[in-house]
Amino acid sequence: MKYLKQFTLILGICFIGELLHHVLPLPVPASIYGIVILFLLLQFKVLKTSDIKETSSFLIEIMPAMFIPAAVGLIDVYDVLKTNLLSYLAITIISTVIVMGVSGLVTQALIKGGHKR
Amino acid sequence: MNAFLSASSYFGILLSLIAYIFAVWIKKKFGYAFLNPLLVAIIITVAAVLLLNVDYEVYNSSAKYLSFLLTPATVCLAVPLYEQFDKLKENAAAILIGIFSGVLTSIASIFAMSKLFGLSRSEFVTFLPKSITTAIGLSVSEELGGYVSITVAAIIVTGVLGNIICEGILKLFRIEDPIAKGAAIGTSSHAIGTSKAIEIGEVEGAISSLSIVVAGIMTVLLSSLFAGLY
Repeated sequence: MKYLKQFTLILGICFIGELLHHVLPLPVPASIYGIVILFLLLQFKVLKTSDIKETSSFLIEIMPAMFIPAAVGLIDVYDVLKTNLLSYLAITIISTVIVMGVSGLVTQALIKGGHKR
Repeated sequence: MNAFLSASSYFGILLSLIAYIFAVWIKKKFGYAFLNPLLVAIIITVAAVLLLNVDYEVYNSSAKYLSFLLTPATVCLAVPLYEQFDKLKENAAAILIGIFSGVLTSIASIFAMSKLFGLSRSEFVTFLPKSITTAIGLSVSEELGGYVSITVAAIIVTGVLGNIICEGILKLFRIEDPIAKGAAIGTSSHAIGTSKAIEIGEVEGAISSLSIVVAGIMTVLLSSLFAGLY
């Protein structure tokens, strides 16, 4: 019953996330409500990590593979993209690199600065 | 064969999983950084779909069950987040300011390049939410009048790109602190990057998970502001 209970709990949280997404007028998807709900349940000791550990480890382990179908779907939108493909790619690649660099460097500098004080 | 594949309830999901397992094996065997398992798996899957001359709908009729698990898996990111929460609290200000600077940089760089390339306002807002998780990004684009299908494509390409290049980029910028690494990956490349951060380390994965949530919310708040300026 262990896995059944864990999977049911996780799907239950997804469902509550969906419900909040439906009821609240915010552009927040079910998955984000779900992270917050599960985090609060753990933080306030309503759930223990052992209540969902194995199933959550399994889902997180196979997570990269879950992005394959969406990426394969890009073959269907290629026609829309190809007129401006170069500038679209330039924007996507350059801004991703800069954002990664800036957020990492700022965080690192602040952590180091904080430890010196 | 095609008729059979079209009717199969397992073809798409099986192809994707086998491609991923094979890609992980290739990475282990040869070890080159550019052999990113997710990228290799996507290439194998696309090649197979094109070679077998199968429509995307046919492939996705069973592959969609893999996508279905994304929400439950994303919810589970709360577990590493909870386990690393003490570390997070200690550095809360640094993390939040780091994510905020990344979100601002994202919007500013997209603004500047859209102007540079002479893109329309609709195209500009299409790319605004490209670094955040698909479900939020999609609604931001829709609300501001962007091309939603291009937004989804940009988000996926951003995530896969982040997943592929993050180890190299972090090394290049000498970002060595695990917390800073997590903030960098999650802020720039949402859940797809985060799946890499989790492989790098527990702290990296937890902070990257947090960054998905925080960067997503910050982007929603700032996007409409900047969309008005273009």
